[in-house]
Amino acid sequence: MKSTVIPIGPQHPVLPEPVHLKLTVVDEVITDVVPSLGFVHRGLEMLVDSRDYHQVVQIVERVCGICSMMHAMCYCQGIEEMMGIEAPPRAKYLRVIWSELHRMHSHLLWLGLFADSFGFESLFMQFWRIREKVLDIHEATTGNRVIVSVNKIGGVGKDLDDDQIEWILSELKNIKREVRRLGPTLLDDYTVKKRTVGRGVLTSQQAIDLGTVGPTLRASGVARDMRQLGYAALGELDFEPVIEEAGDSWARCKVRFKEVLASIDMIRQAAGKIPAGDIAVRVKGAPPEGEAISRVEQPRGEVFYYIKSKGQKKLERLRIRTPTFANLPALLSILPGLYLSDVPVVVLSIDPCISCTER
Amino acid sequence: MKWFAQMYSRFAARSRIKSPWLLHFDCGSCNGCDIELLACLTPVYDVERFGIINVGNPMHADILIVTGTVNPRNAKVLQNLYDQMPEPRIVVAVGSCGLSGGIFRDAYNVLGGVDRVIPVDVYVPGCPAKPEAIIDGVVRALEKKKARVPTESGGAKA
Amino acid sequence: MKAQSLFVNMDQLLGEAAKLQVEGYRYVALTAVEIDGQTVELIYHFDLNLGMRHLRLSVQKGTRVPSITPVYLAAFLAENEIQDLFGVVFSGLAVDFKGTLYTENEMRGRVPFCRYTVVGSEKGEAAGQGDNSREDSSGEAS
Ligand code: SF4
Repeated sequence: MKSTVIPIGPQHPVLPEPVHLKLTVVDEVITDVVPSLGFVHRGLEMLVDSRDYHQVVQIVERVCGICSMMHAMCYCQGIEEMMGIEAPPRAKYLRVIWSELHRMHSHLLWLGLFADSFGFESLFMQFWRIREKVLDIHEATTGNRVIVSVNKIGGVGKDLDDDQIEWILSELKNIKREVRRLGPTLLDDYTVKKRTVGRGVLTSQQAIDLGTVGPTLRASGVARDMRQLGYAALGELDFEPVIEEAGDSWARCKVRFKEVLASIDMIRQAAGKIPAGDIAVRVKGAPPEGEAISRVEQPRGEVFYYIKSKGQKKLERLRIRTPTFANLPALLSILPGLYLSDVPVVVLSIDPCISCTER
Repeated sequence: MKWFAQMYSRFAARSRIKSPWLLHFDCGSCNGCDIELLACLTPVYDVERFGIINVGNPMHADILIVTGTVNPRNAKVLQNLYDQMPEPRIVVAVGSCGLSGGIFRDAYNVLGGVDRVIPVDVYVPGCPAKPEAIIDGVVRALEKKKARVPTESGGAKA
Repeated sequence: MKAQSLFVNMDQLLGEAAKLQVEGYRYVALTAVEIDGQTVELIYHFDLNLGMRHLRLSVQKGTRVPSITPVYLAAFLAENEIQDLFGVVFSGLAVDFKGTLYTENEMRGRVPFCRYTVVGSEKGEAAGQGDNSREDSSGEAS
């Protein structure tokens, strides 16, 4: 049968961000995919040339607006490691609290978009309604809704008082109840299963070979989560990576759903253990000559920072490998063989974040 | 039939002001502004109750909302989308990036704000711009649009 | 980080990568760092059970580097990126965007991430030293 080329994007209703996919289809079945990127490429790794290493924190926050806090945390941890300073314990706990809040808001956002991708619009609205509560917490504690800007080198810039922590916990209780209530709607629904089960299967061996990270990897049954590294205060908290075996879109959806609940649990633990004390140490001088690698688990997976300094205030090189960058090859290899109508669901199932990918 | 054409165009013109359809295009934005724009459409802010909805097709859209900086590659797409929109079209640039390039203005693949490529009517500052600000921007865009919509026959080609 | 690094040359690169793959390492990232006007260092990062290993390869600008995509397919995006931004040319890429992954025709011939070579004549020479494939291939693509 003759093959047809169907271009999708850069402006397309199912894609929240501009990316162009050239799908070759025979009948309704996809045989080949070629992506074209570059619509949101800014080249911000190169901005380290014109800013000093403190100002770079604000830049890496804007690699991606959805996981901004974790980018900054990863970068700060890398610089701290290079300079041999350690953030105070309270700062580490605060980092855990904010980063898990970030994970929640990102996963809720994704769950909504995912529901939208198969046309379940009311569920989309429900998840986003819950997400607004998380954003309210962000706004009340840091002053901004998405880009919270709490990290600085040597600690965090904002503190939480006891009332605020109590309020966060009570809000989380509500959020947990509401997320739980939506659980059956998403996970037990016949139509949802029909659209997602068995679509875009990635076996665990494939997932490792293709270098996937985060929920995409864990949905294939590999228990790999950078939080196992125990960065910030995570070493002192109980933590089990959420895994699923099936490796299809449905499993990826379940992993993210469970991670929302797991994050609530982590924040509870962190709030219970948080020690009193300073929230930042003074940082003087410049990072010494050398290299550092820093890895943090973002909502979409492992983010990787490579930092190289020559002993000056301006860094020599900053390399950011974001989770979607690692998941994209896997996406391209699972699309062939699927029906054209599965494309939105499967593309969204890896939670693509294009502005991360291209930086 | 002239009275009918007149009535129809008046009707179309009025409804395009009352419930404009938005087209959102993400140039090189960091997603911060995008999700705030989407948040406007979802519960809590919920502008959909006024019939303001997000569409994917530029030919259906009345207002183009652009977030993020322009680079050589997406400039062409942006121009293309703008050209496809029916007159009178209004462009709202959202976020510091869309205004001037914001924090990325020094980066090598950034040309600057949206107004380097297409004329912008309303600028919404903020990094990211708050949903309240975006809604306010859209409302101002509507005022501008009102002034431009031809109410008599012959003008509005809806 | 130096401790887990293995310095390789171009002939050893694929062999070492294949060894890591057999041991079960997951490809994490590929970084290019400009050392000076002539050399770029490529660092391949791998991970197994939270431990990292790095392969370091230093390349003269303008020479062709074998791609590791036959071993680790996932590296094709990063290699294309480096091709765009550093002007290092990879041979045997699984999916080759020919320098158009990120940058548009306006940027063709410029190597934005290199600061030691100046934009313009010098850069043209640097890219042209080994072979002219970059110019050729970009000509085809545009
Ligand atoms: S203005 Fe700020 S939040 Fe908005 S896209 Fe630009 S960097 Fe992101």
